[in-house]
Amino acid sequence: MAGFNKVVATYEEAMAGLEDNMTVIAGGFGLCGIPENLIKEIKNKGTKGLTIVSNNCGTTTHGLGILLPEKQITKMIASYVGENDEFERQMMSGELEVELTPQGTLAEKMRAAGAGIPAFFTATGVGTPVAEGKEIREINGREYLLEESIKGDFAIVKAWKADTFGNLVFRKTARNFNPMAATAGKITVVEVEEIVEPGQLDPNEIHTPGIYVNRLIKGSFEKMIEQRTVRFTY
Amino acid sequence: MALSREQLAQRVAQELQDGYYVNLGIGIPTLVANYVPQNMEVMLQSENGLLGMGQFPTEDEIDADLINAGKQTVTMAIGASLFDSAESFAMIRGGHVDLTVLGAFEVDVQGNIASYMIPGKLIKGMGGAMDLVAGADNIIVTMTHASKHGDSKLLSTCTLPLTGKGCIKKVLTDLAFIEIKDNKFHLLERAPGVSIEEIIKLTDGEMVVPEHVPEMKF
Repeated sequence: MAGFNKVVATYEEAMAGLEDNMTVIAGGFGLCGIPENLIKEIKNKGTKGLTIVSNNCGTTTHGLGILLPEKQITKMIASYVGENDEFERQMMSGELEVELTPQGTLAEKMRAAGAGIPAFFTATGVGTPVAEGKEIREINGREYLLEESIKGDFAIVKAWKADTFGNLVFRKTARNFNPMAATAGKITVVEVEEIVEPGQLDPNEIHTPGIYVNRLIKGSFEKMIEQRTVRFTY
Repeated sequence: MALSREQLAQRVAQELQDGYYVNLGIGIPTLVANYVPQNMEVMLQSENGLLGMGQFPTEDEIDADLINAGKQTVTMAIGASLFDSAESFAMIRGGHVDLTVLGAFEVDVQGNIASYMIPGKLIKGMGGAMDLVAGADNIIVTMTHASKHGDSKLLSTCTLPLTGKGCIKKVLTDLAFIEIKDNKFHLLERAPGVSIEEIIKLTDGEMVVPEHVPEMKF
């Protein structure tokens, strides 16, 4: 009897069922708090035609960027895609479809999907290219546009600690999109630095309850830093 | 003399008030943090989930899990809080941030701003900029007054894809501090030693010039 135990032993098991042309929602901001090993597993599986929903698409060598050389991504939904030459090349040549989405709208699209809300009105993007083809409604004298939520066939998430039931704790700014991503997957897979027994995490401190989590795996992480910036000390 | 990047940041810092929650964009806006007046408490919001951003870390303090919106390693100030991206943008979109400072390519007399895309050339994405300009009431745009080729960035109508419509009321350039209202630019201050004629020459949109335009003070 597995009960609420979400732990799987291998990355192969963690990403089992991922097929071509699926939509994958990924947590992370830049290379901070990215599910780096789950992304590597997608690369190893060679799954193609993917729609990826994530704030960024990694760099040429790290994060979601490693799915670009074999053209595993068909469509990218993101708010910022700079700092990645191969991404830019595929976007400009039309090999990769890109839907630029304001960062707050992107977070809300995931949050809404996870909360069963199919769409929402927001002022963000009114009068800009983002509003093209979308319903505009005036509410209390201001214009808003209708944004639809995004559900993923899979959501891939990086957390700091978990108990075996999949209750999650994130660390510092590595939290970012991960909690919303966790709610928005039909299958939510989480990789963490440490797994403890149920009861060992303080229920007051849990950021994401285990109800959103389907599979859990412990990994080891490189945690690349994009802009290593220090202050001078004398 | 046109203002340096440091002077732009210094002039913006004069707009800070004690107890302000502030979001600073990447580039010149980031430098504003260096000029927060003493005896004033200001808390910096970083859109990736941190309120109370501190200074850059020492080598020993570097933490890959603690970065700012520019993906630089940072520290946390005393009294900081951490949260997810939806919460962060609830603060921004809900109008809870007191002052937002960001850069731009173009601003026009209707308060439109273009800052995220040059079709065919620069397509990196808007990040949080569209949310910031739509959600904030108090926004200062910092940019150079004209391009390197002398083309004005203050226009009758923006030519590039917009980041936001009718949302900008204050622009600080290296030549002037300008308010936007009633579909016109209004010249509030000029950079030390810069003439009104020079500013008008490099401004494409209609500009209202009062009888006396003070020089900025530092």
